[in-house]
Amino acid sequence: MLSLAQNPRLLRLQNLHQIPLKCLHTSPIPTPTPSPSPSKPTSQILKIRKSLLSRETTAVEIAKTFLDRLRRTEPHLKSFLYISPADAVLKQAEEIDRRIQNNEEVGPLAGVLVGVKDNICTSDMPSTAGSKILENYRPPYDATAVKKLRENGAIIVGKTNLDEFGMGSTTEASAYQVTANPWDLSRVPGGSSGGSAAAVSARQCVVSLGSDTGGSVRQPASFCGVVGLKPTYGRVSRYGLVAYASSLDVIGCLGSSVADTGIVLQAVSGHDKFDATSSKQGIPDFASQFIPSDYLDSKPLNGLRVGVIRETLEDGVDPDVISSLQGAASHLEDLGCTISEVSFPSFSVGLPAYYILASSESSSNLARYDGVRYGNQIFADELSSLYGHSRAGGFGTEVKLRILMGTYALSAGYYDAYYKRAQQVRTLVQKSFKAALEENDVLISPAAPSVAYRIGEKKNDPLAMYAGDIMTVNVNLAGLPALVLPCGFVEGGSSSLPVGFQMIGSAFDEEKLLKIGHIFEQTLQGCCFVPPLVANDF
Amino acid sequence: MALTFFRGIKTCPLIHFPSAYFARKNGYFYCSMGSTNTQFATQEKQQSADLKTSQKTHKKSADKLLKDYEAVIGIETHVQLHTLTKAFCSCPYSYGAQPNTSICPVCMGLPGALPVLNSKVIEYAVKVGLALNCKLSLNSKFDRKQYFYPDLPKGYQISQFDVPIASGGCIDVDLPVEFGGGHRKFGITRVHMEEDAGKLLHTGNGNYSQVDLNRAGVPLLEIVSEPDMRTGIEAAEYAAELQRLVRYLGVSNGNMQEGSLRCDVNISIRPTGQQEFGTKVEIKNLNSFSSVSRAIDFEISRQVLLHSQGQADQIVQETRLWEEGAQKTITMRKKEGLSDYRYFPEPDLPGVALTEEYVDSIRDSLPELPETKRRRYEKMGLSMQDVLFLTNDLNVAEFFDATIGKGADIKLAANWIMGDIAAYMKNEKLSINEIKLTPQELGDLIASIKGGTISGKIGKEILFELVAKGGTVQGLIKDKDLVQIVDLSEIEKMVDKVLADNPEQLEKYRGGKTRLQGYFAGQVMKESKGKANPKLLNQILLEKLNAKG
Ligand SMILES: [Zn+2]
Repeated sequence: MLSLAQNPRLLRLQNLHQIPLKCLHTSPIPTPTPSPSPSKPTSQILKIRKSLLSRETTAVEIAKTFLDRLRRTEPHLKSFLYISPADAVLKQAEEIDRRIQNNEEVGPLAGVLVGVKDNICTSDMPSTAGSKILENYRPPYDATAVKKLRENGAIIVGKTNLDEFGMGSTTEASAYQVTANPWDLSRVPGGSSGGSAAAVSARQCVVSLGSDTGGSVRQPASFCGVVGLKPTYGRVSRYGLVAYASSLDVIGCLGSSVADTGIVLQAVSGHDKFDATSSKQGIPDFASQFIPSDYLDSKPLNGLRVGVIRETLEDGVDPDVISSLQGAASHLEDLGCTISEVSFPSFSVGLPAYYILASSESSSNLARYDGVRYGNQIFADELSSLYGHSRAGGFGTEVKLRILMGTYALSAGYYDAYYKRAQQVRTLVQKSFKAALEENDVLISPAAPSVAYRIGEKKNDPLAMYAGDIMTVNVNLAGLPALVLPCGFVEGGSSSLPVGFQMIGSAFDEEKLLKIGHIFEQTLQGCCFVPPLVANDF
Repeated sequence: MALTFFRGIKTCPLIHFPSAYFARKNGYFYCSMGSTNTQFATQEKQQSADLKTSQKTHKKSADKLLKDYEAVIGIETHVQLHTLTKAFCSCPYSYGAQPNTSICPVCMGLPGALPVLNSKVIEYAVKVGLALNCKLSLNSKFDRKQYFYPDLPKGYQISQFDVPIASGGCIDVDLPVEFGGGHRKFGITRVHMEEDAGKLLHTGNGNYSQVDLNRAGVPLLEIVSEPDMRTGIEAAEYAAELQRLVRYLGVSNGNMQEGSLRCDVNISIRPTGQQEFGTKVEIKNLNSFSSVSRAIDFEISRQVLLHSQGQADQIVQETRLWEEGAQKTITMRKKEGLSDYRYFPEPDLPGVALTEEYVDSIRDSLPELPETKRRRYEKMGLSMQDVLFLTNDLNVAEFFDATIGKGADIKLAANWIMGDIAAYMKNEKLSINEIKLTPQELGDLIASIKGGTISGKIGKEILFELVAKGGTVQGLIKDKDLVQIVDLSEIEKMVDKVLADNPEQLEKYRGGKTRLQGYFAGQVMKESKGKANPKLLNQILLEKLNAKG
């Protein structure tokens, strides 16, 4: 049996000071990219708002710029399963311009083009969850998060690709297409929110919504060099999010700056009467954290305690990824944080527990796709054949695999050995996090054990693929918020590949993560996370 | 069916949500999941035909045989709660509405839709739990019961598995006098909350079936009894008591025909004195209390016959359907082992936590329940027949209570209600709330007769007027000048007049034909327009007739 660490060991990292206080390029030969521009990540949303309100530009112009880039890059990336017709987008932009012209109020996301993961329901676009079983399915309603985005003035530009029902870590398990990583088209963008991450990375849209059940926002954020925020479970309504594993699923945000993810979170957060698991916790003003770097003092994070999870730096983690994390830790230390090491003995058992719980819940959540009311119906003479054929033809291999695992784990005689034990591990993980977060303000770890895989690399090795989720799944088991932000580059063949690190906070303390994340990115020197594919635009 | 049904994803022009149809094999469609554990009713025909012949031959001996066996009966009852909206969404539910007109993404099980519990469901469950003398779980939860069926949109039913909201209770029943009477106490194993499924409509040429999801998501309470019943009458009376209970509590209309109250009976037999239970058979499709009772009696005979003929192995664990037309049970599906519903806690709903204060507040608000009412009426001196009649319908009981609350004589009030008023209601097919008579007026009427203001006969006439048209007793008496004449001199005057008008008859009377007294009495009553007090009338008449002139 696992035991809980009574006193998480606090150790200083040995080699912190040997790491230069700048963006890490572990590649021996510096590559020509990223662009040499010294630009700090700035909030695209705030920039758009400023330029619109000052009449410097129009929403139509902004939309046209993005649509143009989308048109150019999409054949290479395939990040969208559905793109809103240009005239529909422009019509919404025109309406915003008209309002501004008339000095009418516009929402904080006015004119912001948002990509929405295709497992989040939109009433005016198909929502397939990347599955054939929902091919051409159009929901009669908007997910609460989408509704809130629209109310805030956002324009939904399209539906992004994903692993079928969110089950995967590369977006290769989409029933429709494989999305490429904008940094290296021969690599995956990560998953399951690969389309959302690639789209933000390639600036096909300003921000995007993803969903995170075991790391599906954070790992692709790391692979694509963007910021990914997984909010606390219950912070954002799940109403309209096609369920994969209900107790773990969270809608998250991806953006090219910490501030952008925070502003999107502000818009989509809050209790929803249509989601009984959504929290009534108050929503702080996240934007108040985004102090311009010029106003920061030399040790803006003085006194903050940062714990490095020791078990995330062990065997099986790419050494380059480890040094990136150490670089990030060192940067945080320079900003005034105290860094210590935290031992998390139950860390590795979180992964199997996660896969049992997620599969169990998914086997139940996906039972509704029976071909009777919507989706693909394969005509049959008998009811059992109708079910069998509709489901066999509608679901992909990975989904079937997880339904089978989950059905097995919940079966009479196995429930106690699998589901129930996994729940016990979950409780243990929650306690471990609680203890660690009493000693520390935030915990940090890599976002993934490696940089982006090559397309096809892990396709036939599900266990290796599952192992890639080790950094992120525990956070979902505990329902905590986590922020992944780019911290460096790793040499990866034709070009360098971005790598991000993960910061985990206490429940409903996204504010602290956003504050630290913002200061981190504003003070990180010499990095520009714009992929070469679109670097010329900036 | 006026509504169009569409296959697959084709959008429906009337409403947002496309419905669907699917093929079915000819004949019965009672199957649940896999076809392997399903046996269709048609396959049963041969066996039941044999049974029928043998039943006739052995009818007499079967009756004798019954005495050597004991039946063990338990009942699972599903009660539809009549909350304004469904259990987990805001759709209203009304029985008999056009198919698929009261549905939404939640009760259709659309992707991304989530259940949110209607708090009335908890309130009603707590009410029923308390009324059934159960122990309440202060911390219960919902679970998913998983199986595939086209009337189950999500592929699972939200139910409660290992922690029901209430358990370990009992219910008191008084058996009808005509069936020998007697008081019984039956155990309640558990009460739990769950959602109803939709309905399949097997229409047309049998090539396809349609799904109506109006009922999907309607809140239900499943009430499971202990196997404490021994006869069909006991079982029917248990079900009737549950119906009274939910109606008294106002949590359901308890209507069996509409399916608001559904009973599934579990029944086994064993030789008298044996401890172990026999093989349990489940009976479904019981649409009235009498079908509960008759189905059980049929099933007991069937099982006893098989057992006594050394064919006990033919009694198998199965679900049988009660066929009202044929008055028999037939095999619906045989069970091979237990179904695995893969229950697990519903992650979309938080746990259900009740506070002691909440439970207490509900306990304090409970109305007088049927059992308490029966005992109270019994103490008031009413016969068990009267007690059962008056308490059977809450509205009748409330009418009675209100009437005696106005000071009316208990026995007389009961007699009026059970007699002329009940007869009127039956003829006119009205409930007691629909008649024009108020308890106030019934009380007045009884008092007016008792006090001698009007005669019983006139009382009856007034009653029909009050019941049909309303008005007050005093008003009618006044309008129609119906006050009884008790003034001796007035009656005397009328007697004198009648005697004077009939000298011949008087002579005959006095000549010995005393039978003519009745004639004179009638004449005087006629003279008084029926208002003369009969006792005084006869007294004066007799005096005058016998007076030596
Ligand atoms: Zn509904």
